[in-house]
Amino acid sequence: MTTPSLTIDLCGIKLSNPTVLPSGFLGTSKSLLKRVADSGAGAATIKSVSFEAREGHKNPTVIPFEAGLLNAVGYSNPGAEETAREFTNLEDLSIPVIASVIGTEAGDFVRVVDKLSASGFSAIELPLSCPHTPGFGLLAGQGTPESTKEIVSAVRKATKLPIFVKLSPNIPEIGNLAKAAEDAGANAITAVNTLGPGMIINIEARNPVLSYRVGGVSGQALRPIATRCVYDIYEAVKIPIIGTGGISTGRHAIEMIMAGATAIGVGTGIYERGIDIFQKICREIETWMSENNFNSIDEMTGIAHE
Amino acid sequence: MSKGFEQPVMMKIDKIISESDDAKSFMFRHNIDYKPGQFIMVWLPGIDEKPFAVSYSGDDFFGITVLERGKSTKHMHGMGVGEQLGIRGPFGHGFSIPDNIKDGSGNACVIGGGCGMASLSVLIESLQDNNTTILTGATTKTTLLFKNRYKDITIFTDDGSEGTKGYPTNSLEDLHKENSYNIIYTCGPEIMMSKVYEFCKKHNIQCEASLERYMKCGIGICGQCVCDGQMVCKDGPVFDSQALDNMSDFGNYSLLKSGKRVSLKEYGEWRGC
Ligand SMILES: Cc1cc2nc3c(=O)[nH]c(=O)nc-3n(C[C@H](O)[C@H](O)[C@H](O)COP(=O)(O)OP(=O)(O)OC[C@H]3O[C@@H](n4cnc5c(N)ncnc54)[C@H](O)[C@@H]3O)c2cc1C
Ligand SMILES: Cc1cc2nc3c(=O)[nH]c(=O)nc-3n(C[C@H](O)[C@H](O)[C@H](O)COP(=O)(O)O)c2cc1C
Ligand code: FES
Repeated sequence: MTTPSLTIDLCGIKLSNPTVLPSGFLGTSKSLLKRVADSGAGAATIKSVSFEAREGHKNPTVIPFEAGLLNAVGYSNPGAEETAREFTNLEDLSIPVIASVIGTEAGDFVRVVDKLSASGFSAIELPLSCPHTPGFGLLAGQGTPESTKEIVSAVRKATKLPIFVKLSPNIPEIGNLAKAAEDAGANAITAVNTLGPGMIINIEARNPVLSYRVGGVSGQALRPIATRCVYDIYEAVKIPIIGTGGISTGRHAIEMIMAGATAIGVGTGIYERGIDIFQKICREIETWMSENNFNSIDEMTGIAHE
Repeated sequence: MSKGFEQPVMMKIDKIISESDDAKSFMFRHNIDYKPGQFIMVWLPGIDEKPFAVSYSGDDFFGITVLERGKSTKHMHGMGVGEQLGIRGPFGHGFSIPDNIKDGSGNACVIGGGCGMASLSVLIESLQDNNTTILTGATTKTTLLFKNRYKDITIFTDDGSEGTKGYPTNSLEDLHKENSYNIIYTCGPEIMMSKVYEFCKKHNIQCEASLERYMKCGIGICGQCVCDGQMVCKDGPVFDSQALDNMSDFGNYSLLKSGKRVSLKEYGEWRGC
């Protein structure tokens, strides 16, 4: 039996395996990205960056529950200039790094992309989908085909790098939105961002636990929804999909790949299984592939549609 | 490994102890599975949530010692017995006690500065029966913590108002000649800890230091507390010599709440204390 290959081609970017660190997890410094690379991830995304620095919401910002995490970090980030300073010479890292860029108006995204142009990022991700931060994502009306087109077209003109558009699971006609992104020049779809917002109340304190009261749901609770979103998007577009939401085992990853994903994001799983979850998932995928006679990820992508 | 309380558990303040001019301890009648050096997140509903060491620990109680610094700690200082705080944790990796200290064949030294003593106090209790030197420093007499809690404690104040004038690190050279330490534990201002680390390196002594970084999630996922690829909340807050050797940010840089990486001097000024 030959060892199956985990390598993938994600719109021209070569990944040694399909696992990707999604934005908002550990992506605050180059040193942590190196650690994520050493832990076996195929690619990593930095914490979303806006033009100006943001302190984000007060604590508690992230709270675990039985089926995942609820978070309202509030896009804290040191701004575009500082981010460019932190993430220099990314070629030193053994894996491709994706810049997650946020803004309110199309022009804001372009200004950030310009600032990051010399860092050596492999792709730009546009999360037009955060459910809990005023001025960004869904709360800025970015979850419509019109707004998606406008932002993606503007960024398309500003960079030659592949553009990933990150979508919200809240959108009922998610295929249409993915199509709008593809038509405007996006090279891949990241699906999905967190669901919600949701709320957790501490009944003794009689108070929502997150300081922002509501936050996005990630992890296990999100997984069947994320898988369905990826399935719908696969029917609607030709560009590759980074399936993200609740993946913490090789089996989950394969399920997402069969729904149509080329790569898979692993965020909340880090809390459940530790930072070396990337290695663990890869080994599990490999074992399952050998047992079931698959040689490449490509062979499995989208086969649940057949 | 146990994840502790994943969500805040509301606990009634059972007793309040005034420890110094600007520090109070809050005691709770609860058991938590705590190892010296770990920390907990303390939630003040509607206000904020902040990290604290456990400074008292027993079978059916524990306590935290809180220095008044800003909004949350000021609010806590205004609280009374019977009021509730939300506790999640404990989190992170604590101090280790090598066999030669446990069996009494070696010598240990503990150096605390300011409210760093809060992170060391439970460790000191578990070291009490062994050959341990305890050094503590504070700016002035009225801010000293736990000076009557231990049998033998050597006091230093910046202004000489109690004990020896100067920093505890000044006397390390002489004390080491006398006791030849196997391990030195430290928590306090990072400048002090980095001096202790350098001293240990020079004399080939094992060092364990408890670091402070701005914390958000507390559970190793957001990356806010990073120090050279290490998450202080999960991989630390206690790091040993070998880990510190690879942490060039130690003693030099820290992240502000926005994630901006600044010098410790700028981080200290941003504190407003
Ligand atoms: C692992 C760890 C253990 C600690 N143990 C103790 C202790 O036992 N006793 C004690 O008095 N203090 C301890 N601290 C410091 C304590 O968390 C801060 O004093 C407290 O957060 C201040 O909050 P504030 O609202 O009063 O002040 P703010 O005005 O909000 O902040 C004052 C300064 O406190 C620090 N700080 C504030 N928020 C945070 C945060 N979320 N994470 C880390 N640091 C923060 C920063 O340096 C900040 O500049 C510990 C910190 C850490 C990281
Ligand atoms: C604490 C936390 C912070 C996040 N921050 C961001 C962010 O800054 N930008 C973004 O696009 N998505 C962010 N997300 C969403 C994740 O990237 C991911 O899409 C989502 O968590 C689903 O994947 P998971 O179930 O594997 O975690 C965040 C999620 C969490 C839990
Ligand atoms: S505070 Fe979030 S990783 Fe440490």
